[in-house]
Amino acid sequence: MYPSRFRYEAPRSLAEALDLLRTGDEAKVLAGGQSLVPLMKLRFAAPGLVVDINNVPGLAHHELDAEGNLHVGALCRHADLERSQLLKAVQPTMAAAAPLIADPIVRNRGTLVGSLCHADPQGDWASVVLALDGAIVAEGPAGRRTIAARDFVLGPFQNALAPDEIAVEAVIPAPRGTPAGGYLKLERRVGDFATVGVAVAVETQADMVTRAGIALTGVGGSTIEATDAEHALVGGALTPDRVAEAADLAAAAARPKTDHRGTAEFKRHLVRTFVVRALGRTGEEAA
Amino acid sequence: MTTVHEIHEEATGDVPIRRITITVNGERRVVECEPRLLLAHLLRQGLRLTGTHLGCDTTNCGACTVLVDGRAVKSCTMLAVQADGHEVTTVEGLATASELHPLQEGYREEHGLQCGFCTPGMMLSAKALLDENPDPSEEDVRWALSGNLCRCTGYQNIVKSVLWAAAKLRSE
Ligand SMILES: Cc1cc2nc3c(=O)[nH]c(=O)nc-3n(C[C@H](O)[C@H](O)[C@H](O)COP(=O)(O)OP(=O)(O)OC[C@H]3O[C@@H](n4cnc5c(N)ncnc54)[C@H](O)[C@@H]3O)c2cc1C
Ligand code: FES
Ligand code: FES
Repeated sequence: MYPSRFRYEAPRSLAEALDLLRTGDEAKVLAGGQSLVPLMKLRFAAPGLVVDINNVPGLAHHELDAEGNLHVGALCRHADLERSQLLKAVQPTMAAAAPLIADPIVRNRGTLVGSLCHADPQGDWASVVLALDGAIVAEGPAGRRTIAARDFVLGPFQNALAPDEIAVEAVIPAPRGTPAGGYLKLERRVGDFATVGVAVAVETQADMVTRAGIALTGVGGSTIEATDAEHALVGGALTPDRVAEAADLAAAAARPKTDHRGTAEFKRHLVRTFVVRALGRTGEEAA
Repeated sequence: MTTVHEIHEEATGDVPIRRITITVNGERRVVECEPRLLLAHLLRQGLRLTGTHLGCDTTNCGACTVLVDGRAVKSCTMLAVQADGHEVTTVEGLATASELHPLQEGYREEHGLQCGFCTPGMMLSAKALLDENPDPSEEDVRWALSGNLCRCTGYQNIVKSVLWAAAKLRSE
């Protein structure tokens, strides 16, 4: 299989890349290519111009700024995040998710920002970044703007970027308490999308939950934020009763369908179990 | 210089042919190709390096795995033009004229292949692992090879072969 014909440019600066996008021509940005190239080979995507950003400098980073916000550049690969000592130290939810994306070879190329842009309703990073209340920074002819992850996905495979904008990084806000949580995912085999994925990110101060983020993958037509479950956690300690209540509310927020990956009932059960496990671990750590 | 024009289809506009320079198994190659040529096709049809196999052609099986600047990539999912200026290692680059690579020896010693279709991709994923971690555990090997599918062996002997190669490399 090979894609239909297209023009290819590999600009060496962001300005040049933005100029190329402005020429229209049904242009597509190419980052890791792990979703775009397969789609082009199947001819579900047939861009007239491919703007490969892999030669643009200054996009491969993942680092903390002075305030403790985490910046993940558009060329930071899943594998970079999987190997990151920084994430292990400061960002447990992302550290747990990185090794569970796709398979090791795909992780060498694919990017977190590319995943968010791709807006696959089954994508894992979308849940993780939503649970962490993250945002996407886009650059276009009119300059930079920041779009909350919550507003970034408009529908399946549809993001909020204008055709002449490039997502330059994702930003995860600095935690105001001690961050804890995780990402739990059931997959049938390595490289499969989630049967169920649950992202949990809580922040605690003196054993009190000050912020909670819970988002679900694979149990609805899109990423689901379990807001009732989040609210149930904030303002108290992670006691078994409160954890059980949050887990029930998260399961109630899920809209699973029975399919080849499992029954709706099974998936709902997994949501509940994963919330308890992720918070249970957190509770133990805090104790 | 190699010119690759094996894709025949009505041209829909003026799509420029690009000239790229790639170092393949240590040898500098200058190639002219269309942007839509996949790295796997450049290697197999253009450069006649048919050790790189195409199994699924859908980014799932890992048979097409090669190293680009030392990192394992699925060559069915990378454009040849993206390799411009980069170093590519294929299975043909493992052995020297007189000596097998320890991974290849390991496969022979531990019976690591049956039909051999997955073998080149497996070996390159394994090479990337051993370059990064010379003393992997069995679990490390299984994790590193989890993007490469094998229909024949049940993986057992592949894992043994890679551990054999790791031990050999450490003793060298
Ligand atoms: C076998 C396989 C298994 C997979 N399993 C999983 C999985 O389990 N979980 C999961 O979440 N994902 C999975 N994926 C998808 C993978 O994570 C991709 O890497 C990811 O979805 C896309 O990232 P990319 O950098 O490769 O983007 P690309 O393929 O380069 O681009 C994807 C889309 O986003 C746009 N885009 C990319 N970057 C930008 C940017 N900076 N600015 C504007 N637009 C941009 C592109 O134009 C394109 O439309 C899998 C993929 C494969 C092939
Ligand atoms: S042929 Fe490339 S992954 Fe199967
Ligand atoms: S030996 Fe036949 S596919 Fe692996």
